[in-house]
Amino acid sequence: MFVAKSIAADHKDLIHDVSYDFHGRRMATCSSDQSVKVWDKGDDGEWHCTASWKTHSGSVWRVTWAHPEFGQVLASCSFDRTAAVWEEIVGESNDKQRGQSHWIKRTTLVDSRTSVTDVKFAPKHMGLMLTTCSADGVVRIYEAPDVMNLSQWSLQHEISCKLSCSCISWNPSSSRAHPPMIAVGSDDSNITYSGKVQIYEYNENTRKYAKAETLMTVTDPVHDITFAPNLGRSFHVLAIATKDVRIFKLIPMRRESANSSGPTKFEVQVMAQFDSHNSQVWRVSWNITSTLLASSGDDGCVRLWKANYMDNWKCTGILRGDGSPVNGSGHAAALSQIRSSLRESS
Amino acid sequence: MEEVDVEPSTTLIPGAGFYQKHLGFEWGPGDLIVYETNYKLQGPRSAGSPSVHIVRRDEDICSPILRKLFSESHLIFVGLQKIKEDVFVSISKNYRSVIRACMEELQQNAGKRSHDTHPVSILLAIELIWNLCEVLFIDAAPAGSLLLQLLDWVRLHKSDVDAKAREVLQSDSPAQHQSYWDVISLVLQGRTDEARQVLSKQASLRAESSSVFKRMDGLLQTMPIFNPTGTQTLTEFEVKWRHWHEECDRCLQDNTFASNRHLETICKILVGDEDTLLEQKELLSTWYHFLVTRLLFTHPTIKPPDLHYYAQSSMNMFLGPRASPEPLDIILLSAFEFDLHQVIKDCSIALNNWWFVAHLTDLLDHCKLLQSHNLHFGSNLREFLVLEYASGLFTHHSLWQLAVDYFDHCPEFGRVYLELQIERVPLDTERKAIKVLRICEDRQMSEQVRSICKIMAKRALRNNRLGSALSWTIRAKDAAFATLISERFLQDYSNKGSFTDLDLLDNLGPAMLLSDSLTFLGKYREFHRLYGEKRFSEAARLLLSLMTAKIAPRSLWMTLLTDALPLLEQKEVKTDNSCFTVTQLPQ
Repeated sequence: MFVAKSIAADHKDLIHDVSYDFHGRRMATCSSDQSVKVWDKGDDGEWHCTASWKTHSGSVWRVTWAHPEFGQVLASCSFDRTAAVWEEIVGESNDKQRGQSHWIKRTTLVDSRTSVTDVKFAPKHMGLMLTTCSADGVVRIYEAPDVMNLSQWSLQHEISCKLSCSCISWNPSSSRAHPPMIAVGSDDSNITYSGKVQIYEYNENTRKYAKAETLMTVTDPVHDITFAPNLGRSFHVLAIATKDVRIFKLIPMRRESANSSGPTKFEVQVMAQFDSHNSQVWRVSWNITSTLLASSGDDGCVRLWKANYMDNWKCTGILRGDGSPVNGSGHAAALSQIRSSLRESS
Repeated sequence: MEEVDVEPSTTLIPGAGFYQKHLGFEWGPGDLIVYETNYKLQGPRSAGSPSVHIVRRDEDICSPILRKLFSESHLIFVGLQKIKEDVFVSISKNYRSVIRACMEELQQNAGKRSHDTHPVSILLAIELIWNLCEVLFIDAAPAGSLLLQLLDWVRLHKSDVDAKAREVLQSDSPAQHQSYWDVISLVLQGRTDEARQVLSKQASLRAESSSVFKRMDGLLQTMPIFNPTGTQTLTEFEVKWRHWHEECDRCLQDNTFASNRHLETICKILVGDEDTLLEQKELLSTWYHFLVTRLLFTHPTIKPPDLHYYAQSSMNMFLGPRASPEPLDIILLSAFEFDLHQVIKDCSIALNNWWFVAHLTDLLDHCKLLQSHNLHFGSNLREFLVLEYASGLFTHHSLWQLAVDYFDHCPEFGRVYLELQIERVPLDTERKAIKVLRICEDRQMSEQVRSICKIMAKRALRNNRLGSALSWTIRAKDAAFATLISERFLQDYSNKGSFTDLDLLDNLGPAMLLSDSLTFLGKYREFHRLYGEKRFSEAARLLLSLMTAKIAPRSLWMTLLTDALPLLEQKEVKTDNSCFTVTQLPQ
């Protein structure tokens, strides 16, 4: 059902994140070896590493691309308590011939007192805005007011979540019906504050972010969180990686009075819940049309979930390492498949 | 109806899971990147050099011959959306001929590329299923015609019979040919004329047995075949057929063919003896051939609703207690049971690509069959499948253009799917960008237009191609960026003393009004042009208006004044106004 092709990443330590750019022609990888590598897909369909450089003084947890409207821009975050913004500089012609490009640091964001666990750019219609979250429980939203000068960033908002934060996700909807909304997940094992997912919404009047919702039913540590692309729906869909995979539907409720100034109230429903990993789920991610959700868990599997036209969710595929060491050169195109006859406990 | 729970298959990624247990991943265009990692962030460091693995569905989209299938069926699809008359059967035949053409081409190339044999068998199955659906659902043959069409269906998909028969007939002594008695296959397919032709070879040889052969020839010749366009009613046909059937039976009772076991077998077939038919398993090769043959010789006037009973029992009898049905068998059985929904569902699961279910369901929807089969979410199902298929096409570097038409004909979600996916098409070249843009402009997708132009403008600016950046910015209607680029132009001018991209600047037209800086840039260039053409009074007037309009960037005020000086010396230029303005300019 699937074919796999491997590429030697050449990092000297664990890879923590891989990120495709908007068009899927470039890729960035980051590692505990403190570096980030950028890869370009050639016309031949092969990936070539075009840049590799040390970015932090600790493990780099996440790397992410800005929208190409802002140019070739990357952000990274690290155990070293900082997040950084990088821009590609158009190099000399001999660099191009050698297939190398240069990235320079535009800014370092040092506000966090602890490891910065996630970094994400806000949806492009909000401008060039970068968001970080840290183990110190603070979500920080920065803005570059002049998109031509990426060395100037101002800290616009600090949201104190009271719990150590592990992940953030922006609602990608650019509809005017929905104010900017960000979901924050916490992997804190604190049981006093039981709701581990908080949703903040921007208020035009106060010009601040206010908490709109806490998902009280999510009581276990949350490792990843992601809004689904909005397909013109009036409600929002949010997937969460916790002790299982959970998909929530957030339906904005009509405001009682036209002038009500508080954040939107939501009706929260569980669209689906999967515990097939039978263990901690660490990552969840939607494909571009939100028709497929992928999740990765402690069981060493990546599972793909799909809803049919009747909105019934099912697992449609499983990926797992075969436990063999990688061949040296790394271009083993292989197709291997077994029909799992084990009934997954559901 | 219950959901058949199909277990998801597991794919093993070679080279992962050795050093670290966890798998990280990220969605890409049409694929997934998977890599070893450790989410617990503690524990053993990675000893070896980690790899990333690009994982994608093993889809037929990669075969160049199948791509032809996609592009030709695209034409049929688009045509279908526009027609108003009931020509669905011919459209169905069009689709099938495209499948056949593709299959033949694949078979021709089969020797060269080993991984094409798999698609051939898939296409065979697809055509088989589609053909059956056409007979049962689209053409909706009534009793009488139904069997004839099923016979055609079987004959089409078991065509080796023709080749064998030809081989026998063309040999030197056909009657001695080792496959001579495979003439039974012709009988099994109801091809009595051809069977008679083969049998006549035998008859001419042996004088003593000629009467027996003549008898058989007689039976074969008089076998009634229903004529749907004729005047005979179904009942009349049935009566005639029953008489003939009784005559065949009498021959058996009388042991007419006892001297020749082959002819005896043929006679038993003619009366529809099940055991005899089952003995011909090898010649029949499939249970559905068995089904149709069985019906031919026992119930030629079978009605559609009665089909499923015979289908189920035929399959059971043919396969026997130990063999279990394949996915294809289940699908065909569902079709015989007129369970459209099950057919579509099972095909979706069994096949690796949405092509088949999307096009077939779309056609069935046009025939209004999805509603009549109690699929009240019918049009949702059609749209769902078409969206799936088109989304899959979108990841391909050239087929994505076909996908656009499919999205156009999905009224509920087509537009938003297209908006989402067209933005991601890599803008490798200007030409490709323009192609993408035109698609968006045609559909008033203004945000996508703006975004694509902005991306191209930014890219051009990074590479210092100011002219290109400016044209893209104008197309994006991005005032802020236009200001930025205009300032760059002016900066360049200050540094070099001349303008670049004169063609562009001279032909800005109303686009100039996008931003003040751009207007200034355009007009300033115009000033230089007028000056160069020695049209000094016009130049002076323009310069004056530029100064009064106050749209000049601060950095250029001195330059403007300097530009004014030589003009003041020109006799044609009126000086009073300019002096007035010069004093007005802030210091």
